[in-house]
Amino acid sequence: MKIREKTSSEVAFNRDYGKTVGEITSLKPRIECRNVNVYYGEKLAIQNVSLDVGCNEVIALIGPSGCGKSTFIRCLNRMNDTIIGCRVTGDIIMDGKNIYDNGVDVVPLRAQVGMVFQKPNPFPKSIFENVAYGPRIHGLVASKAELEEVVETSLRRAGLWDEVKDYLHQPGTSLSGGQQQRLCIARTIAVNPEVILMDEPCSALDPIATAKIEQLIDELRVHYTIAIVTHSMQQAARVSQRTAYFHLGRLIEVGETAQIFTNPRHQLTEDYITGRFG
Amino acid sequence: MSETQKSGSSVKAEGHTVKRFDGELSRLQLRVLEIGGLALSQLKDALHALKHKDLVLARKIAPRENELDLLEVETDADIVSLIARRCPVGGDLRLVMSVSKSVTDLERIGDEAIRIANIALQIYGSGSIDPSDHMLRDVNVMGSLAVDALEKVLHAFDKLDEASALEIIEAHRQLEEEFEAGLRRLLTYVMEDARNIGFAVSMVLIIKALERIGAHAQNLAEYVIYQVEGKDVRHQTSS
Repeated sequence: MKIREKTSSEVAFNRDYGKTVGEITSLKPRIECRNVNVYYGEKLAIQNVSLDVGCNEVIALIGPSGCGKSTFIRCLNRMNDTIIGCRVTGDIIMDGKNIYDNGVDVVPLRAQVGMVFQKPNPFPKSIFENVAYGPRIHGLVASKAELEEVVETSLRRAGLWDEVKDYLHQPGTSLSGGQQQRLCIARTIAVNPEVILMDEPCSALDPIATAKIEQLIDELRVHYTIAIVTHSMQQAARVSQRTAYFHLGRLIEVGETAQIFTNPRHQLTEDYITGRFG
Repeated sequence: MSETQKSGSSVKAEGHTVKRFDGELSRLQLRVLEIGGLALSQLKDALHALKHKDLVLARKIAPRENELDLLEVETDADIVSLIARRCPVGGDLRLVMSVSKSVTDLERIGDEAIRIANIALQIYGSGSIDPSDHMLRDVNVMGSLAVDALEKVLHAFDKLDEASALEIIEAHRQLEEEFEAGLRRLLTYVMEDARNIGFAVSMVLIIKALERIGAHAQNLAEYVIYQVEGKDVRHQTSS
């Protein structure tokens, strides 16, 4: 019996901060990122990151605070455009086009690539209006009946319909934290996105509300591609099919989630997931 | 430094941010060595009792099994508790899984040692003549190989030495060959003289127990490789 010998390049990988360990490409990519750099003024926040986000997969982005994982997903729908001094270079390709090309309209892009934030942020409107707002301003519905259908479908997909169907005209802010977050997911779904970005969506929620969101993520994967930033290693292990580990603005390792959490190939990944960072 | 060394050494060289976790993992590793040491002394004593007709020693072996069983149960409880509280991943998870499986194999080695001791008591307590040296030849040879395998694998577990672990897996073939050769030899004694049947059956049971001990040592070596490399090499045909 022989155990495969490591090649010299593989050995180098484990200490090499400049080259990502693992397969960055996906068989069915939905978004292809190549050599992405992000600058905040002079500061380089993301350095030469290349990664595919595959169709109907959940990819978890993990890493210590300040490693650039949130900055990276915010590039995927150009949310960083709103930050003064932020500059993005490299290619982020969707449907064969770089989303940072001149002439790309960010409004439909952000409908196509929706986002859910750390803290639930419902509009100060009714539950119904929170969900109806997006389809209405994007002109996705032609009639009131159609709008009602979109609201119901979105709330059903977000696993919230049964809890709110009799209170649709109550304020969104009257819901519990977990319900508010699912309302925000329904609001994202309502504009018919293909990709949903989630930036620590459960960090403000209790374990039961977290479990509901995780169950929801699993169900949503059938229809959508999901990239989730999380500080909870267990959450990344539970909800994702692929995991990417970031460190100091670099993508250190990416791989199947089971492999990352049982047999990571880079020392930094091992140190981080096992809690060995001093 | 190879990837292997990376994973293996990280357990000891780099501490967890939560220091208590380091202590819990170290205790688990030590527990394997403790149970392994007990199993090894049980095996050595059983073989000594058989070789030197030491019935007093043979009678001591079965009662000592309680200590080994207790340690196995305690270790399992510690593992369940550690998984529930620490949710180990990466090299830590592999260590926990490796310890969990190792203690089971070590406990079974203890059982096989009792089997050998009980057969020794039967042989020498029956009042008939003692088995001849040539009848005991296979037991002695295989006994040395089994003890050697167990000593080496405990050392490999302690040092996370995958190279030694691989050697142990390879060496198990020799024990299997000795077992098959021993069976053939014992059969010839039976064919020569039907009065040898009783001894021959006892010797077959003993060499089978020793072959099993070698197989458990091989399992332990496979867990070392899993722990260090993250590769499951069980049930692979030797090449």
